[in-house]
Formats: sequence, C-alpha cells, structure tokens
Amino acid sequence: MSDPASKPQASAAPMGAIGRALDADLWFWFRSSPVAIVSAFVAVTLIAAALLADVLAPQNAFDAAQLNLLDGFTPPMERGMGSQMLFLMGSDDQGRDIFSALFYGTRLSLLVGLASVLFSLTMGISLGLLAGYVGGRTEMFIMRVADIQLSFPAILIALLIFGVARSLIPPQQYETAAVVVIIVAIGLSNWAQYARTVRASTLVERNKEYVQAARLMGISGLAIMARHVLPNVTGPVLVIATINLALAIIEEATLSFLGVGLPVTQPSLGTLIRSGQKFLLSGEWWILFFPALVLVLLALAINLLGDWLRDALNPKLR
Amino acid sequence: MTAFILRRLLQSLGVLIAVALIAFLMFRFVGDPVNQMVGIDTPQAEVERLRQELGLNDPVLVQIARFIANAARFEFGISYQFRLPVTQLLAERAPATLELALVSAIFSLAVGIPMGVYTALRRDSALAKAFQAVSLVGVSLPTFLIGILLIYLFSVTLGWLPSFGRGQVVKLGNGWSTGLLTTSGLKALILPAITLGLFQMTLIMRLVRAEMLEVLRTDYIKFARARGLKTRAIHFGHALKNTLVPVITIAGLQLGSIIAFAIITETVFQWPGMGLLFLKAVQSVDIPIMAAYLMMIGFLFVVINLIVDLLYALVDPRLRATIGSA
Repeated sequence: MSDPASKPQASAAPMGAIGRALDADLWFWFRSSPVAIVSAFVAVTLIAAALLADVLAPQNAFDAAQLNLLDGFTPPMERGMGSQMLFLMGSDDQGRDIFSALFYGTRLSLLVGLASVLFSLTMGISLGLLAGYVGGRTEMFIMRVADIQLSFPAILIALLIFGVARSLIPPQQYETAAVVVIIVAIGLSNWAQYARTVRASTLVERNKEYVQAARLMGISGLAIMARHVLPNVTGPVLVIATINLALAIIEEATLSFLGVGLPVTQPSLGTLIRSGQKFLLSGEWWILFFPALVLVLLALAINLLGDWLRDALNPKLR
Repeated sequence: MTAFILRRLLQSLGVLIAVALIAFLMFRFVGDPVNQMVGIDTPQAEVERLRQELGLNDPVLVQIARFIANAARFEFGISYQFRLPVTQLLAERAPATLELALVSAIFSLAVGIPMGVYTALRRDSALAKAFQAVSLVGVSLPTFLIGILLIYLFSVTLGWLPSFGRGQVVKLGNGWSTGLLTTSGLKALILPAITLGLFQMTLIMRLVRAEMLEVLRTDYIKFARARGLKTRAIHFGHALKNTLVPVITIAGLQLGSIIAFAIITETVFQWPGMGLLFLKAVQSVDIPIMAAYLMMIGFLFVVINLIVDLLYALVDPRLRATIGSA
C-alpha cells in the first residue's frame, strides 16, 4: 500500500550523522524508547525463528511423508488422533502442524521482503544517481518513468508483472520460478521513491567542491558517482527502506492471499492465510489466526522500528 | 496559463500513449491471441485466415495505431475465458465497483475528518491517543486481514451482515445495476465499504491532524484569538477551512487507488466488480481483460491527476505566478 501523504519525508540525515549516531547516540535513544526495545525484540525473535526453522520446527511441514491425515483439524494444544503429537497451534486439513508451518512461512515472507527491497533499492539508487548526476534527457526520461510508477498503486503493477511472467514461463517450471517472479514484481513496483530521493540529494552533492575537485582530477563520471557521491546520498534512503520492508512483506502477503503469489507448495504467511480462510466459516479459526497474527506482529514491529529510526536520526525532533 | 494547460494536456497524452503501448505489447506478444481462440484440431488454413482477419499479419506500427484507435472507442476485443466482448464484461461490473468505491470514499471522509480534527484539538486526551494508536495499527494491518476480521466478527460470530456478494440488486433503465435501493444490497455494502475505506480513513485522519496543527500555529489564528473570537469560530470557521484544501486534493488523488485496491476487497467479499474480473484475468492470463483494465485505470489516474493539477493552479495564486513566469 503506498500513500503519498504519510510517506516519510526523506529525513535530512546525511551519512555522517548515521555514522556518528551509531557510536553512542543511537544506542542511548534506543535504550530510552520502550517501543523500540519491544519491537526490536519481536523482530529479532521472528527473524531468528525464520533462520533456525529447520532446527526449531517440530515437523517439516512440507514433507508429505511426515503428515498424518488422521491429525487433520486438531485444535490448538491438543494431541493429534493419528500421531499423538502435541499440536501447539493446531493443524490444518492435512494434519500439518501450524506452528511448524509458521517457521517456514515467516522465512519465505522475510526472504521475499528483504530481497525485493534490496532489488528496488539497488535499482532506485542507481537510476536516481544517474538522473541526478548526468541530467538532461536521461534525467527527464528516468523521472517521467518514476512519475508513472508512482501514480499507479504498487499492488496493481505487481499484479500486471505477475500476469505477464505467468504467461511467459511454462506452467511446469512456474513453481520453482515463483519466488523470483514475486521478488521482481514487488521490487519493480517500488523503486521510484528511492530514485526520487537519491536524485534530489545528488543534485545538491553534484555542485559541492569535492565533486568538482574529483572531476578536475580527471576521475571518470562513473567512479565519481559510485565512490564519491553514493556514500553521501544513501542515508535518507536507508531509513525509507526500513519502513518499506514492512510494506513489501504486506504486499507479498496480499499477492499470495489473492492467489497470485507463492504456491501452496512453498507457502509464505500470505499463502497460509489464504488456505486458512476456507476453514474460517466452518469454525477452524486457528488455521488462519496464527499466520495472521505473526504477519501483523512482523509488519508492526518493523514499522515501529523504522519510525523510531527516522525520528532518532532527525535532529529536529530532539 | 494557457501554455501551462496545454503542456499539462500534452504530458497526460504522453503518459496515456505510454500506458497504451504497454497494454498493446502485452496484448500482442504475451501469448499468441490466435492460439488462445482456436482449438487443437483447427486446420492451419483456418488459423491463417483468423490471423489475417484480426490483422495480426499487418506491420506492427499499423497494429499499434489500430489498437489505440480501438481503445479510444472502448473496444478491447474478446475475452479468452468468457468469449464475450471485454467492454461488455467491464460495463456489467462497473456499477458494483463504482458504488463500492463511492460509498467507501464517503465513509473515509465522513469519519476521517472529524477524527483528525479531534486528535488535533485535544491532542493529549485519551481518546485522541487511542485514535492515533488505531491509525498505526490500521497502517500495519493488510486490507485483506481487515476484511477477514470483519467477516469473522459480523458474519460468522454475530450473523448480522452477509459475508459475500452484493445482495439483491435493482436494474435501472440505462443498464446500471444498483444495490443501493434494497435492504439486502445496503447490508451487503457495509462490510466491503469499511474494509476498502479504512486505510484511506487513517490517511485522511493523519493528514487533517497534521494540517490542523500547522494551521493552529499560524499568525492569523493568533490574531483571531486576540480579537476575542469564539474558540468554535476560530477552529471551525478559520482553521478547518484552510485545512481542507490539501485534504480534498489527497482525497481526490486517492480515488484512483480506491478503485485499484478494490481488487483486494472484492476478492475477500466475492464482490462481483471489475477488480475481481481483473484478478481472475491475471490468474488465467486473459490478456484482453488485463490490457483493458490497465488502460482504464491509466486513463482514470491521468484524468484525476490532470484535474487536481489544474485546480491547484486555479486556486493557489502563488503557483499561478510561478507558472506564468516559467
């Protein structure tokens, strides 16, 4: 979901400020903010659970050999009819342990979120640098394309990219390609905001003495952009990226929920919610409830951390 | 001013042509349209005849021109899955989506503005803090989860409202089917409209709050206080009026995204609108519907952006000055 009004105004913290703040300031601000501590704790727990899924999950939820159909629809905190295993959060129609499925689902959701933010970050920073540094027609073209991207909702762009990819990739290969397709689809629908921010800071940096000096020394434009300008324009963008990580995770969940994201063989949190929706009307609430809870906790924790980071790095708010 | 309008119009036209090109590329090169229309046992000569008839053997430029000309007349060909003209399919479903979008826009304005004003005026009250917290959760809660939550609460647990569909609809003379005239239609509208409008509502609330706080700090408000005007007159006569200009702009711009986000709401509630049609088209790679929907949304966004820009130039004298000199 993109909303032009509430998006963070690229807070005017240059890279130097982050570096300095990291020394002591940031840590101090962190310790004095209970919200930041709690959300960091939630985020770190979920990330650790995702990383250690293979070790911690009681059951490999997607190995059909380990499932017992007799365990189907076991309510939370009860033992399954077939395996006598304890299902902490219940099981779904095929006897799959929801608790275990959550480890793998969180891992996929985080993976797709991080990778797509990285994708749009790389794309947005390069294009923004290029537009700001080179100027002229290149700038015009890049910024017009960015305008078009920003005027359409991200979810619509991602749906279109998905539809095109689906018809280009043969169905039997689709399942293996799904993760890549969805990363590219979400990444391509979110780069413009970074490009705009980086271009704006590049326009300022371009005229400073150190860039002129570098140019006089005969350093090539590419090297100036990459080695001199880039470190000075990435600060504000990284803060935006933190908040966009939550948005990317929600976007992935939405796409998967709509049935155009990750397939049931590789379920993310969104796919788990989609399959749980079927059973909500018949009373098996836990199949939907726990994945939804984890998704909201994850998004909220990252959102709050991003908000906190933005404020902590903004000297005006102190 | 005329130059500005002209330039802006040309820009919009450029964007529309770019969108049309993307739609055409999808239409022409993603999957072969003929293969989708014929069966396996159709003779090659028949396929060739069909290609000739559809003009697929013409030069690409001619095809693009024809595609744009057809699009301008709202002709987007035949849907692969329904074997019906796309225009007809979209027209049948347009009333459902437009009614939903309209009602949810009214909902988000009617609830969001008072909430924003309240949180700005009574910044430290418990209720204002609760509103702020709710708006934060509202941003983190995905639209589809809000829909499911509402269904679970009001349809499954309480049984007050239907969980899917449009209820009973009435056909008006011009082919418009409305759910606004029957009780079941109105009841079916409540949950989807809230689901769709909730995000915009939190957005409007935050915006009104921020603008209001800004305006309350300005000199003319201080002056109004010094003159001894009633607080009520200052807040609602002076401050709110100036707050609403940007709010209306954003609300206008959001109208397009409401229609796009309707895809999610319509899926959750199985609402028979254009969004659901589009989603099914994406799932079954029904390119003509995808292309038509893309063109339609593109057109909508461009027109809304254009109107907002022109209105801005008309309303704001400062902007008019810079445009005149540029």
